[in-house]
Amino acid sequence: MDIEKYITSGILELYVYGALSEKENAEVYEILQKYPEIETEVQEIEKGLIQLSTAISPYNPEKVYARIKDKLNFTDDESQVIPINRKGNHWTSYLGWAASVALLVALGSQYNKNKDLQQQVVDTQIEKTLLEGKINVVEEDASKTKLLLNVLRNKDVIQIPLAAQKVDPTAYASVYWDKENQTAYIDVAGLPAPPPGKVYQVWSLTLDPLTPTSLGVLEKFTEDKNKIFALTNINNSEAFGITLEPEGGSKTPTLEQLYTLGIVSSS
Amino acid sequence: MQPKELILQLQSKNEKAFQRIYEMYSENTFGVIYNIIRDEELSQEVLQDVFIKIWNNAASYSEKKGRFFTWILNIARNAAIDKIRSKSFKNSQKNQTADNFVDILEEKNSFSHKIDAIGIQKYIDVLEPLCKKVIDLLFFKGFTQKEASEELEIPLGTIKTRNRICINKLRENLAV
Repeated sequence: MDIEKYITSGILELYVYGALSEKENAEVYEILQKYPEIETEVQEIEKGLIQLSTAISPYNPEKVYARIKDKLNFTDDESQVIPINRKGNHWTSYLGWAASVALLVALGSQYNKNKDLQQQVVDTQIEKTLLEGKINVVEEDASKTKLLLNVLRNKDVIQIPLAAQKVDPTAYASVYWDKENQTAYIDVAGLPAPPPGKVYQVWSLTLDPLTPTSLGVLEKFTEDKNKIFALTNINNSEAFGITLEPEGGSKTPTLEQLYTLGIVSSS
Repeated sequence: MQPKELILQLQSKNEKAFQRIYEMYSENTFGVIYNIIRDEELSQEVLQDVFIKIWNNAASYSEKKGRFFTWILNIARNAAIDKIRSKSFKNSQKNQTADNFVDILEEKNSFSHKIDAIGIQKYIDVLEPLCKKVIDLLFFKGFTQKEASEELEIPLGTIKTRNRICINKLRENLAV
């Protein structure tokens, strides 16, 4: 059988959705038993769907469990008394037998324990992958925030407030210029979202004569929640400006669409 | 991965195993229910009923019929749909909108539900509008291919592959 073709047919997704007929279900099951690669694919699909549906859950419904437990009359009492019967007669004659039986039991129970543990590993693995997805996202965000904090706290970083211009008197932005590392961090939380088909472009300016140099366009304006962007700046900037440009940016700034502007103080 | 041992223990009425299963599947199941009902209180009620069913009917689950995940998904979708069709629900004048799961994500994102909302944008951005509808109908609402093809007015033969492309986009983005 062509495994690749089977996988790309899309039948496995429908299998996990529960959208197949009973007969088709049975067929997929048969195939899963034969081909571990296909089984793996099913697991991955399932993992993706669990993540997606977890994302739309309003919260983790941990508290509901207590109510379910009550309804089902679960008891928390797990202690069970195991009766022990002892007879002291003729123990010596049974000793050999007893020892070998004990050994067998011990071996058997070790085997079972091992099997249980293996299964527990598998179960834990499932829980782990579920959590990993969430953690990745949070970690990524945290490390980004940390980096930004470090920039803001660095005394060698020059802060340049960019003031509003005619186009939009409410707009504002800030530049944190780390000269040593030739990086300008642009904080644009105070700019409105660009209209479709437009992007913000950041300019470094020298004033005499007025020469703009593009530092780049803020393509991911809407996706980035922090609204702080790091751009390389190797220029001897005397001012920074932000204009609204057609997608992809422009060679020279469209000055009618100048949103914010600020001059680097020479102190 | 199917938690095989846990399922066996659940089928022999092991309370600890049931709790583990709850921990593993309750949050995503809650998401599926909430997407249909759109009311947190009522969704909790349904979630409770669903897990009571899981406990009571565990013996009827067989791997041969499908994934354990799918079995739970089916119970949840059915219970949620029963709920919105019930008289009490209709009388409570809940507004059933024609929206799909994506607006829950967007809502969550805009109100920034604490830490959980981070990264949710990712799920939204990768999916084109048709994908959002296909996944919503087939996965979240339990439509058959035929029903989905009629609802979306796209040929029956393309539903399966279209859906596969959509899920792949999602998976690439989740790095699953």
